[in-house]
Amino acid sequence: TLAERTNLAGVRHILLVLSGKGGVGKSTLSTELALALQNAGKRVGILDVDLCGPSIPRMLKVQDSAVHQCDSGWVPVFVGQDKAIALMSIGFLLERPDEAVVWRGPKKNALIKQFVTDVAWGDLDFLIVDTPPGTSDEHISTVEALRPYQLLGAILVTTPQ
Amino acid sequence: SSSSGDEALRDKRARILSRGLPKQKPIEGVKQVVVVASGKGGVGKSTTAVNIALALAANDSTKEVGLLDADIYGPSIPKMMNLKGNPELTPKNLMRPLKNYGIACMSMGFLIEETAPVVWRGLMVMSAVEKLLRQVDWGQLDYLVIDMPPGTGDVQLSVSQNIPIAGAVIVSTPQDVALLDAHKGAEMFRKVHVPVLGLVQNMSVFQCPKCKHETHIFGSDGVRDLAKTLGLDILGDVPLHVNIRETCDSGQPVVIS
Repeated sequence: TLAERTNLAGVRHILLVLSGKGGVGKSTLSTELALALQNAGKRVGILDVDLCGPSIPRMLKVQDSAVHQCDSGWVPVFVGQDKAIALMSIGFLLERPDEAVVWRGPKKNALIKQFVTDVAWGDLDFLIVDTPPGTSDEHISTVEALRPYQLLGAILVTTPQ
Repeated sequence: SSSSGDEALRDKRARILSRGLPKQKPIEGVKQVVVVASGKGGVGKSTTAVNIALALAANDSTKEVGLLDADIYGPSIPKMMNLKGNPELTPKNLMRPLKNYGIACMSMGFLIEETAPVVWRGLMVMSAVEKLLRQVDWGQLDYLVIDMPPGTGDVQLSVSQNIPIAGAVIVSTPQDVALLDAHKGAEMFRKVHVPVLGLVQNMSVFQCPKCKHETHIFGSDGVRDLAKTLGLDILGDVPLHVNIRETCDSGQPVVIS
């Protein structure tokens, strides 16, 4: 089947972290959730699809890492104490950490599709997907690209304001 | 010489590439446009935009001020300005902005139900932004303050390519991840040739209402350092104060309450 021959074949559950509103703590929560799951013995990956404001590399102190290619595609950066959490973010593809990604929808969609299908995630219990604020191209493309796989569900983060 | 040949080639390339872009044209009747942006979400763009608009009007009662909410996905201006309802149409088929506290406002929030999500791709957003800019009967405005959404994408590009912008105000909290995005925001404006007026450091410090102890919840002075790095002015330093949030939530922004 298509699922068997892809980079997401070894991923058991996929979790989207959404909010609508910006600045409520999606990236923070995604990171802490990944670390907590890893602590509980699970194999975890994080996919950061916030192309304009990728925060996760900085939160895990790997903003200076680079990604490499292998036969199946991109190799994620391994983070955390045991270097066991797989992370992919546009942050690793920028020339400088403060380089601005000023892209329109179609270009964003193309990269998100690649992030979903061309990263060699390996065997994961959970893949946590951190999204940007809003309900736009990134969100539509991510859900569409992940639809053939086991999309576990979404967690909504908000503040009381 | 080869260098002038290169330059001619670059000019030609730029002209060809820009053919598909919208022509930049001022909005009739609007003297100056100020955009409030950040890159990062949730740092206080809408709060700042609303209070800037009100302050401009309060400082000089002869000035007419408008407020455009360009955050298509999460329009906050209707709630903050205590405005509701669908805009009327003028005989020329333009939308009449809704007014409160003397400020003419337009927002996606007036065109959709409060809880209806706008799940649109960039192309539709471009078209919506154009309508909110040009199909509104703004009248004669001295200032149009535009509240931008977070990010550095379609909306920011559409607005800066569509109309001349007098300047951009970048809002950030002192937190590292916010500063990272603010830096990107500043670079974005540089890319599209919009002058950055300066930075606003928001949520800089919290003072305990009981014991008056001050805590820098989001770090201290991060925005000042970024301003120095970018050679920009600090336009303002706003503390994290429960009054600001309360007055925004209740539709009576702090500048006028």
